[in-house]
Amino acid sequence: MKKTYKIEVDCAACAAKMEEAANRTNGVKEATVAFMPQKMKVEFEEGADVSAVMTEVLKNCKKVESDCEIFI
Amino acid sequence: MTKKQKKVLVRIIVSAVLVAVFSLIPVNNPYVRLALFLIPYLIIGYDILRKAVLGIVNGQVFDENFLMALATVGAIILGEYVEGTAVMLFYQIGELFQSYAVGKSRRNISALMDIRPDYANIEQDGQLEQVDPDDVEVGTVIVVQPGEKVPIDGVVVGGASTLNMSALTGESLPREVQEGDEVISGCVNLTGLLRIETTKEFGESTVSKILDLVENSSMKKSRSENFITRFAKYYTPAVCIGALALAVLPPVVNLMMGNPAGWSQWVIRALTTLVISCPCALVISIPLSFFGGIGGASSKGVLVKGSNYLEALSETKYVVCDKTGTLTKGVFEVTHIEAAEGLDADELLEMAAYAESYSNHPISRSLKDAYGKRTGKQIDAGRVCDVEEISGHGVSAVIDGRKVSAGNAKFMRMLNIAYTVPQNIGTEVHVAVDGRYAGYILISDIVKPNAGAAIAGLKAAGVRQVVMLTGDAGNVAEAVAAELGVDVVKSELLPADKVAEVERLLASKGEKERLAFVGDGINDAPVLSRADIGIAMGALGSDAAIEAADIVLMDDDPAKIATAMNISRKTLGIVHQNIVFALVVKFACLGLGAVGFVNMWWAIFADVGVMIIAVLNATRTLKS
Repeated sequence: MKKTYKIEVDCAACAAKMEEAANRTNGVKEATVAFMPQKMKVEFEEGADVSAVMTEVLKNCKKVESDCEIFI
Repeated sequence: MTKKQKKVLVRIIVSAVLVAVFSLIPVNNPYVRLALFLIPYLIIGYDILRKAVLGIVNGQVFDENFLMALATVGAIILGEYVEGTAVMLFYQIGELFQSYAVGKSRRNISALMDIRPDYANIEQDGQLEQVDPDDVEVGTVIVVQPGEKVPIDGVVVGGASTLNMSALTGESLPREVQEGDEVISGCVNLTGLLRIETTKEFGESTVSKILDLVENSSMKKSRSENFITRFAKYYTPAVCIGALALAVLPPVVNLMMGNPAGWSQWVIRALTTLVISCPCALVISIPLSFFGGIGGASSKGVLVKGSNYLEALSETKYVVCDKTGTLTKGVFEVTHIEAAEGLDADELLEMAAYAESYSNHPISRSLKDAYGKRTGKQIDAGRVCDVEEISGHGVSAVIDGRKVSAGNAKFMRMLNIAYTVPQNIGTEVHVAVDGRYAGYILISDIVKPNAGAAIAGLKAAGVRQVVMLTGDAGNVAEAVAAELGVDVVKSELLPADKVAEVERLLASKGEKERLAFVGDGINDAPVLSRADIGIAMGALGSDAAIEAADIVLMDDDPAKIATAMNISRKTLGIVHQNIVFALVVKFACLGLGAVGFVNMWWAIFADVGVMIIAVLNATRTLKS
């Protein structure tokens, strides 16, 4: 399953860090962050609990870039 | 400016004023002086310091916040209060400018693609009501007034008007529509009121698909973007370690040699290095350039599905084109009428059109169309009887009591009638009346008016070889190729042969050369996906083509391929300029800074100045 989320992030390097953090999260098969349109596209593993995974993704992203926001 | 940006601006102004005032006040007590300068420093830098600390806590040690925090705190410890605060101040000015410029170009690009309809009108009890297009069900009749956008794909059930398609195709000529015509969402209604019965949901409509595609295009990253991301990942820690070494090693060596250590001098140099080395200019300007290039292309009716494709397009050396529907109109038209002695052309055409009047074959249709256009008359079915079709040869029929035979050369030989061999190329229809030869009509596919210019444009854009593939007969293909200036022609190919031909070209081309295939997207999906870049044209409203292709030309103008290539080359040019410019300035300053020729002010230029120039350069991609 794939979902696209609106995000808020200030710089392209930070967006790259968010992408890495999201990809490290359990339950995420592949995550892509696009800085210009301020969007994050997440492909989830089979049977993953989307809202739980996204809470975890947000937590991991906040760790690497404290200013970022994901609108879940 | 957003609220966040305004807040930063206020902080910049306040702290700049404070720094200016404090440096004019003569304070002798060093502690008071430190306390005074800490006020503007903390006003401007508290969030950077916080992020740097959080970064360390979360294991993200070497990022640009850390660089800035270390450099400025270091400067303040050394007693360089004005410099320390100024570095933070300029860093924030740079960040503010960056976020403002990026936000502005984001809005500019979105404005280019401002085709999203905000509402749909539904008539209820004689009153028009505006509703969210998402809530309109298939089969609802919506009303589009002059000046409004068509919100959802559908069929006109009432009214006639002209539509401006330029937002979708870049084509400025308006299109006439009337009852029964299909209309595509995203067009602007120009003249009359239209009632449209929707055939799709909003989410499935053309306008939603296009917006989705453009917005998602930045998800597919180019090699340059990936390069910079990887580069920044190693670059920032490397610079931090280098700066640390610069601060510690020379003084230690000095001490061992028995010289004065010179700690403060080397620490200042190390801090300068840290400021110079911030990678922002690169990291921000490259995605911005691609985003601008894709936005600029879409305003011209070229949809690029990813930065990687825009990048590959600039390296395209081989362009393989399908003939029918790509370089030619894919519509057969009568191009030449040669009547035998004693007959005129209209009479000959009339005979052929009547003989073929019962057939629905494209050739028969083109004869009937030409007859209608030339003489203004309709076919009167009552004049024709005893129609007999001889498969693979032609038709014979009795028209006004005369026996007319129309067909190919084989048919004439079968009937033992001597015929003229045409000089020109095309599909031949020979006509005989009562056993006597009456002449022939040539029918051919019409070359698109700007196909020749399109091929010339491709050559000018650096394409080495243009190959045309077609299922058509050799002589027809050769003639079209010669007219257009195509380099290589392969004719009489089956769809599978086209794939094989493209595979062969892919195998023979150089490693850094790309091959693009251009087709109309109808039956060439396998080739579109096999080529490095698949370009589908005339794809407006065709979901299959939009799905299969990497680049979609909204209208069927082949000249847009060269337009797209030029945009792509310009974008890549700007990307490379920025990479080279930023790296050269940074490494030059780093080298000079390490040996003490560059002071903190130059370092600030190398960071903020380079970034501003790179961002301004990147925004040029929009204006292509």
